[in-house]
Amino acid sequence: MNTLVTYLAYPFVRYALIVGVLIALCSSLLGVILVLKRFSYIGDGLSHVAFGAMAIAAVVGLTDKMVLTLPITIVCAILLLWTGQNTKIKGDAAIAMISVGALAVGYLLMNIFPSSSNISGDVCTTLFGSMKILTLTKSEVILSIVLSIVVVVLFVCFYNRFFAVTFDESFAKAVGTKTNLLNLLIATIIAVIIVLAMNLVGSLLVSALVIFPALSAMRIFKSFRSVTVCSAVISVICALSGIILSILLNTPVGSTIVVTDIAAFIVCIIIGKIRG
Amino acid sequence: MDQLTCRNLKLGYENITLTEDLSFNVEKGDYLCIIGENGAGKSTLMRTILRLQKPLAGTIEYGDDLTASKIGYLPQQTVVQKDFPASVSEVVLSGCQNSLGMHLFYSKQAKKEAQKNMERLGISDLAKWCYRDLSGGQQQRVLLARALCATEKMLLLDEPVAGLDPLVTNEMYELIKKLNDEGITVIMISHDIASSVRYAKHILHIGNEFFFGTVEDYKKSAAGSSYLEGSSPAAGNSDSKGGEIK
Repeated sequence: MNTLVTYLAYPFVRYALIVGVLIALCSSLLGVILVLKRFSYIGDGLSHVAFGAMAIAAVVGLTDKMVLTLPITIVCAILLLWTGQNTKIKGDAAIAMISVGALAVGYLLMNIFPSSSNISGDVCTTLFGSMKILTLTKSEVILSIVLSIVVVVLFVCFYNRFFAVTFDESFAKAVGTKTNLLNLLIATIIAVIIVLAMNLVGSLLVSALVIFPALSAMRIFKSFRSVTVCSAVISVICALSGIILSILLNTPVGSTIVVTDIAAFIVCIIIGKIRG
Repeated sequence: MDQLTCRNLKLGYENITLTEDLSFNVEKGDYLCIIGENGAGKSTLMRTILRLQKPLAGTIEYGDDLTASKIGYLPQQTVVQKDFPASVSEVVLSGCQNSLGMHLFYSKQAKKEAQKNMERLGISDLAKWCYRDLSGGQQQRVLLARALCATEKMLLLDEPVAGLDPLVTNEMYELIKKLNDEGITVIMISHDIASSVRYAKHILHIGNEFFFGTVEDYKKSAAGSSYLEGSSPAAGNSDSKGGEIK
């Protein structure tokens, strides 16, 4: 406990907690939609795209890598989510292709144009998140806070329409809802969340942050609203306890958060079974 | 009064034409069944009427203050819906989307409308139930209640009884007839010839043979008599096929 209090005195620990909670909140909200739309794997695919983009940014020598990773990831998200039923390459195959391709290109670029002496360390950090507590600059923290607020506000405002377009897209379109625009919005939001979340848990573990809370909540609750709320609560609790545990146990922050998410999932399965 | 007039429609996708020169009209209070082989373009016709896709040629006119977005649509169920965690009232309320306009949330009136339609179809006691825990017939009732929230005038039903057992199928048909008696125009895609002939007022047969007219005339026509003769086994077959696909 004392260790924790000592750590909390440092601003970078407080930053990590704030950003962690906000990202966990955003990703879990969108996670419900993605899981139900059968797009669970898009988080994984996009995070690899973001990894590739980050490698390019490093090679070009950008100090603020988000300038490049964010737009590239958004474009890929739109391409993936917007491809209708009639495309030549089906959704899951397209995701697999882009994801593996971006990962390979990113790693290749990092090796050909090494930006630091410790490439494997760099790659490992991008893939699995920081080894210790994450160190964020003040501007990164502010950016994360602003983007998270925007995401939450958009989600609340479009909640009814998101539900409609997730449950039955043809019906929504038939009664005049602008489904293309909504899908575009969902794609953009998810790209933003993934780029933000990469800092926290690394690109390989981003999907866990997106899908685990949603799946856990779906085990227990029976309405869309309660699933969404429960998913957000689970995600925030897991992120908080994960970050704190990683400080106390001196473990990598990303994988610790994911492990707490897995634990919550198991608890939810048991509760679901008991309730029948 | 004509609510829907289709003239010289040509339906299909980029380079595949499914059906051509299709003309028919639907009056207020009509009950029209659309019949045809698999791949004849029945669902495409329905999607075109709903403006989900454009006709390759021809025109569709809406009369009697009807617009495409004011038609209640009952699509075939999708895989996504099978395990969707949504309560019955959430699903029915989503039928009021076209009344949202620029608003973000549903009005009190929309909620009343949803409540009314749940009572109308006898599912108000299921309001808090989860959609995925319902039986096939109950799920169709929920989707029908949702369609009713979107319309006061016209329902478009895409194989509403596919995959339902005979008893529930009959209940569904009676329910649809009741709604039609209340003045709502019904357009239905069906593989079930026997019931179509029994309940509908007009038949539209597309595909290899074309027919549009009243049920009596259809029974006498070439298209109708050949279909009706083979109706019991053929209808049974196509029905169970429709169920399996899901």
